[in-house]
Amino acid sequence: MPSKFDASATALPSRRTILKTVGVGAAGLAGIPFLAACTGGSGPSATGSASSGLTFGSGASDDVPKRAYQAVTDAFTAKTGKTVTTNVVPHNDFQNKINSYLQGSPDDAFTWFAGYRMQYYAGKGLLAPIDDVWQTIGGNFSDALKKASTGPDGKMYFVPNYNYPWGFFYRKSLWAEKGYEVPATFDALKTLATKMKADGIIPIGFADKDGWPAMGTFDYLNMRLNGYQFHVDLCAHKESWDQQKVSTVFDTWKALLPFQDPAALGQTWQDAAKALEAKKTGMYLLGSFVTQQFTDPTVLADIDFFAFPEIAMEGRDAVEAPIDGLLLSKKGGDNKAARDFLAFLGTPEAQDAYAKVDNSNIATANGADTSKFTPLNKKCADTIKNAKYISQFFDRDALPAMANNVMIPALQSFIKDGSVDVKNLEAQAKTLYAAQ
Amino acid sequence: MSSTAQELIPPEAREPARPRAIKGGRVRRLSGRDKLVLSLMVGIPTLIELALVWLPTLMSVGLSFTRWNGLDLADIRPAGAENYQFISQDYPPFWPAVQHNMLWLLFLALIATPLGLLLAVLLDQNIRGSKIYQSIFFAPVMLSLALIGIIWQLFYQRDNGLLNFLLGTAGTPNAVDWFGDSSVNIWAALIAATWRHAGYVMLLYLAGLKGVDPSLKEAAAIDGANAVQTFFRVVFPAMRPINIVIVVITIIESLRAFDVVYVINRGTNGLEMLSALVIQNLVGEGQVIGVGSALAVVLLVISLVPIVFYLSRTFGKENQS
Repeated sequence: MPSKFDASATALPSRRTILKTVGVGAAGLAGIPFLAACTGGSGPSATGSASSGLTFGSGASDDVPKRAYQAVTDAFTAKTGKTVTTNVVPHNDFQNKINSYLQGSPDDAFTWFAGYRMQYYAGKGLLAPIDDVWQTIGGNFSDALKKASTGPDGKMYFVPNYNYPWGFFYRKSLWAEKGYEVPATFDALKTLATKMKADGIIPIGFADKDGWPAMGTFDYLNMRLNGYQFHVDLCAHKESWDQQKVSTVFDTWKALLPFQDPAALGQTWQDAAKALEAKKTGMYLLGSFVTQQFTDPTVLADIDFFAFPEIAMEGRDAVEAPIDGLLLSKKGGDNKAARDFLAFLGTPEAQDAYAKVDNSNIATANGADTSKFTPLNKKCADTIKNAKYISQFFDRDALPAMANNVMIPALQSFIKDGSVDVKNLEAQAKTLYAAQ
Repeated sequence: MSSTAQELIPPEAREPARPRAIKGGRVRRLSGRDKLVLSLMVGIPTLIELALVWLPTLMSVGLSFTRWNGLDLADIRPAGAENYQFISQDYPPFWPAVQHNMLWLLFLALIATPLGLLLAVLLDQNIRGSKIYQSIFFAPVMLSLALIGIIWQLFYQRDNGLLNFLLGTAGTPNAVDWFGDSSVNIWAALIAATWRHAGYVMLLYLAGLKGVDPSLKEAAAIDGANAVQTFFRVVFPAMRPINIVIVVITIIESLRAFDVVYVINRGTNGLEMLSALVIQNLVGEGQVIGVGSALAVVLLVISLVPIVFYLSRTFGKENQS
């Protein structure tokens, strides 16, 4: 063998060895695109939070809410002379990156939600308590709202801006023409739906391509069957999923499934809103933000809504009305201007400035201007005001992982074939809540 | 190495003759500068590779055996193999995702890749406007996610999509819900994936075909081979290096299949894919790092099997020479 040349004995690494390394590397790079370390997204960078102003991270990226928050910050600057630097982030991104956002360099104040989603971060010490702010604005809010703004440690964290009720929306003209009447009980709802089906209308508009809208139906059925407290406890996993009460919710829903739009899994809530507008569906259970889709004023004036009918307990006392508002990040807690800004948002003056631009929601502060309310706004506001219990929607009351990773696929498969495995839901819940 | 073995190898594959190594010592032909340059050229990519690929990989593997909420490092708790138990037993989307990835691989390998090859062969025939066709077929590869979403929405929409319109079912209750019906949406997604993949494969094969020595074809023609024989017996084997690249690419593409299902419905309702589940569990509010990492590791292991097999086979064979 020594008589023959052996490539591997040379000091030069062979071209192929290099290629091999590079090849494996490239294959590795291409094959393993998503690993844990890639999760950190760059949040918006906070720019200059001098004492003369504050930074404000906003997930309100749609045109109307964006302009509405702009109006609030402008009013704040006009009043106090302090500047607000707003960083607007598309709302899905904002929500998805909240973990890295809060741990990185968050803005002083930022838009967020009440409920478990707020309490979780408060419990982790990523938010600044604002009891001093509530000293000044406390009188502007009802007890239910104050409770919704409290963290797990009993301190105040949240300033509510607006909320919006979930209910069945319908077109008055269609109902008048066909002689439909608002159902007060679940049986009446089923009777009405049967009638609509006979009239060739899809009784209940439904869309669940995005996964979350179906949670509204689940929440209401759960609260009407088992009560508000059970909803809260189930969401916090203090109650097991593997019990009769939960099975009953799905069994009851099964009776409603044939009346809900069979195309639900392929459409978004915007599509379903269009179907309601076109009178293809008789009614649609969604938040009052559905009215943002009705750009035609005559259509908008023709929209009314009713609360989810009563089934077994608490009548219609509980209403699903998620609250949006502002929080102070840990860093923002040191900024006096940021505290002032949150206090300002807790006044009727600021909420009026907001509502002037975005009137699809209901301002939460007492004394906010109601003179410009449309009859629909007024009805929404009354529904919330008269509610004994305000729930926040499943994905805000429960662990986000439970809502996104477990409930979305479970509800989608339930919509498909009407079956659900509550044992499996419980098994998943156990693992996910234990990981927090 | 015996001399007969050496002679069996075609001349062009033989290593050029170099001075033979002196027994017991190395030939010192590298100056200090050469060594510096070489170690930089090898070292920097290796370091980058370590820092950006293998370190995160190992960290992911580590995290897959823990429970963590992703907030404070002190919150990391060991969990043993619980995450793996969870995904295999309690996580309903997992097994459908594995099946869909397999289906994806089969579909790309049996339909999309041959289609790309066919396009390449056709466009290699010096037909008029070949460049234009090439651009058209390659365009999907360059499009962004958002655009792909819009384009296929136009085709597949239930009420006013092109496909239902052509079928005459648009706007009727019989309209097929291409994205929403979980029994058809995987096929709709596969068509969309083929649309991208075939263009990519076509481009690679076009380059490969250009590199095949025309004299081989002439020789085959003189020997009386017809076009099909020439292609399958002479041209295709001559493109071996490209074929290997294509096989690896096809496997990788099917394992990391993500964009198309993600723009349709984020990989839910019949479109579960491993990569989408990894994203679902690692990115965003629904973050469960332990479970997401375990899913990523499963994907990594599955990816490594065919890649290591192929690379070792390929390079192993060549090194024997």
